Amino acid sequence: MDETFERPGPACPACTGATCARPEPARPEAGNLFFSVPTVHCAGCISAIERTLEAMPGIRSARVNLTLKRVTVDADPERVTAEDIVAALGKIGYEAHPLDPSLVADPNRDAGSRDLLMRMAVAGFAAMNVMLLSISVWAGASDTTRDFLHWMSAVIALPATAFAAQPFFRNAWQALKARRLNMDVPISLAIILALALSLYETANSGEDAYFDAALSLTFFLLAGRWLDHRTRIAARSAARELAALEAPKAIRLTERGEETVPVGELAPGERIRILPGMRVPADGVIEEGSTEVDRAYLTGETVPVALGPGDAIHAGEGNLTGALTARVTAAGQDSTLSRIAALVSLAETARNRYTSLADRAAAIYAPAVHLLALAAFIGWYLLRGDAHFAITTAIAVLIITCPCALGLAVPAVTTVASGRLFRRGVLLKSATALERLAEVDTVLFDKTGTLTRGMPELEWPERVPPRAFAIAAGLARGTLHPLGQAIARAAKARGVAPAEIADVREIPGKGLEGVFEGRRVRLGRADWVGAEGGEGMESWLAVEGEEPVRFSFTDAPLKAARELIDALRARGLDIRLVTGDREREAANLARILGIPSDKVHAGATPEDKFALVEALGGQGRKVLMVGDGLNDTAALAAAHVSVAPGTALEAARNAADVVLTGRRIELLPGLLDTARSARRRILENFALAALYNAIAIPVALAGLASPLAAAIAMSMSSITVSLNALRVK
Amino acid sequence: MNVLIYLIPVSVLLGALGLAAFFWAVKNRQFDDPEGDAHRILRTDYDDHPKE
Repeated sequence: MDETFERPGPACPACTGATCARPEPARPEAGNLFFSVPTVHCAGCISAIERTLEAMPGIRSARVNLTLKRVTVDADPERVTAEDIVAALGKIGYEAHPLDPSLVADPNRDAGSRDLLMRMAVAGFAAMNVMLLSISVWAGASDTTRDFLHWMSAVIALPATAFAAQPFFRNAWQALKARRLNMDVPISLAIILALALSLYETANSGEDAYFDAALSLTFFLLAGRWLDHRTRIAARSAARELAALEAPKAIRLTERGEETVPVGELAPGERIRILPGMRVPADGVIEEGSTEVDRAYLTGETVPVALGPGDAIHAGEGNLTGALTARVTAAGQDSTLSRIAALVSLAETARNRYTSLADRAAAIYAPAVHLLALAAFIGWYLLRGDAHFAITTAIAVLIITCPCALGLAVPAVTTVASGRLFRRGVLLKSATALERLAEVDTVLFDKTGTLTRGMPELEWPERVPPRAFAIAAGLARGTLHPLGQAIARAAKARGVAPAEIADVREIPGKGLEGVFEGRRVRLGRADWVGAEGGEGMESWLAVEGEEPVRFSFTDAPLKAARELIDALRARGLDIRLVTGDREREAANLARILGIPSDKVHAGATPEDKFALVEALGGQGRKVLMVGDGLNDTAALAAAHVSVAPGTALEAARNAADVVLTGRRIELLPGLLDTARSARRRILENFALAALYNAIAIPVALAGLASPLAAAIAMSMSSITVSLNALRVK
Repeated sequence: MNVLIYLIPVSVLLGALGLAAFFWAVKNRQFDDPEGDAHRILRTDYDDHPKE
């Protein structure tokens, strides 16, 4: 398994993996494929997946990583493609998504975490050894034995801290250069002063050496950093790998014919071809062909819009029925997409002002510690005039108050909480998302694709005449049009056998046409089949010589939506609905879900949604935005905290703080509960750390602190805080 | 007590050996999939002989 991960040694040792990767595209590991398999969870899954894949011709080895829910396949690229593997896994019941190997195999990705783990191991090893030596000292070793034990401790402690505590020194130095104080400044100061004082004492055959304190401090704090780093990496990579699923491509028409290019290479004036089923790659004007487009992600409308030559199309729309040739009018910076992106970045700058609980604690804590130590020094110097005693006491104060427990208070809790959430299928992308979730008092839902399926469903299928149903189902077989697909799905669900229709043709922008029992049958728009159009989403079936039959559709709410809304309301949250869809559809849904009409905002543009979030925020509300479309991205970024379902567009997932895998919107109440419980534990941890300090500081100020007292206070507070973190629900 | 002068460095050295083993394990990615390894031991298919 190991060699599947190893990169070939670069030609020059100094050149990093990233720069080497570019000039040699044909690396030996080019056959390596990575897949995200979100549903793998047990030993049986591991066996089934590995056995199935290894039985496939062309696959050399397959390895499941359960922690990351990922499969790595070493395959012969000539014989096996990613699609084959996805299909094979689908057959045995696992949904799989191919991942971009360049992102997954990024060698720098977990180097940080491994680096912290090494430093932690060194600090832990040294701390244990020195602690053993210190226990002998506390047990009563004296004279030369004590000096020898102290020297031995120094030999272990000095190189160990020099290596292990580097992250703190580096951060502290950066903060000091920027003339700021962060948590790392008192930490580094305490470590360095403790070592210096101990070394001085040792050299002068003194009694008290704090080598063990310096090392256990480093160890506990590194443990906190490592936990923090791990959760952050896990969340970030999960979100980024999801992003890697979509690689937008466009078909460009040139004199030489068609060529497939990345969307970024399109320029205004070029002609592109958009096939049914493709997403529109850039803004443009239709030159040839007519079709219907799905704007659900862009505007929240569920009903497809019919377009013909001369009509404008926008990047992100889904082309449903007809092939188009279009001329690009705006690409890159000027397109609809970039305008929304600009709005998002504007919104994000506002969001970055949030200060986490840990930062707020550090802002109070760091100056307080320094002032206390300084006060101890000045006080004792004036009182006794003994510089040595004054310095010793001041350093003891610094060591005892050192924020070991504070350093663990937040990461221990977020690790436990995000681990629990990850297992339930919730990915936290931002480190402070939990804290912000706990403060939420208003929930703003997007409609299409978030509370509803985002695809139409046949209304009252039991009222449709069976013969008409069978004909419609026969016509709709194999269409990409959402209304047709809805009919086919409903027919299958109700056990209606589709009728055999001859010569089925899809007429873009109009509907489907075929021949049934020698008569022409049409399924499509009211005016095309010769019927009187009604309200809402509808489709008409006309059999030649008969009255047309109406099929009406609704954007049905998700099954879990009603319970979700009730559960959130029971938690005292204010629920609102915002959508780009029309008034009628929005009111319909609001009625089903029991949302009062004054809390429904219909017909909202992306700018309106953004403005609504800002306005609510301006009233002092903490808004949770839940949305999945391109039109939600600015609102997602502007909200206090935001959640996107896994089915959301890449842009929406990027803007959101939390991503739910699949469309499991029902996870939301549990997520809020966990967040609130996590916040409570964090505050309790701060209280616990403060309590220990409240006891230890007077002792240290009185000049009574011994290395033993420091060791006990430090370990006890760290352990209490970690245990308390485990109580997160 | 003079024996301490040898014994303590020797025990520290032995400990350092353990630390080196841990470093080796981390470098060899033994900790990449802790959850999977915990489950793999419970698999029902036995691998008595190494893979071809």
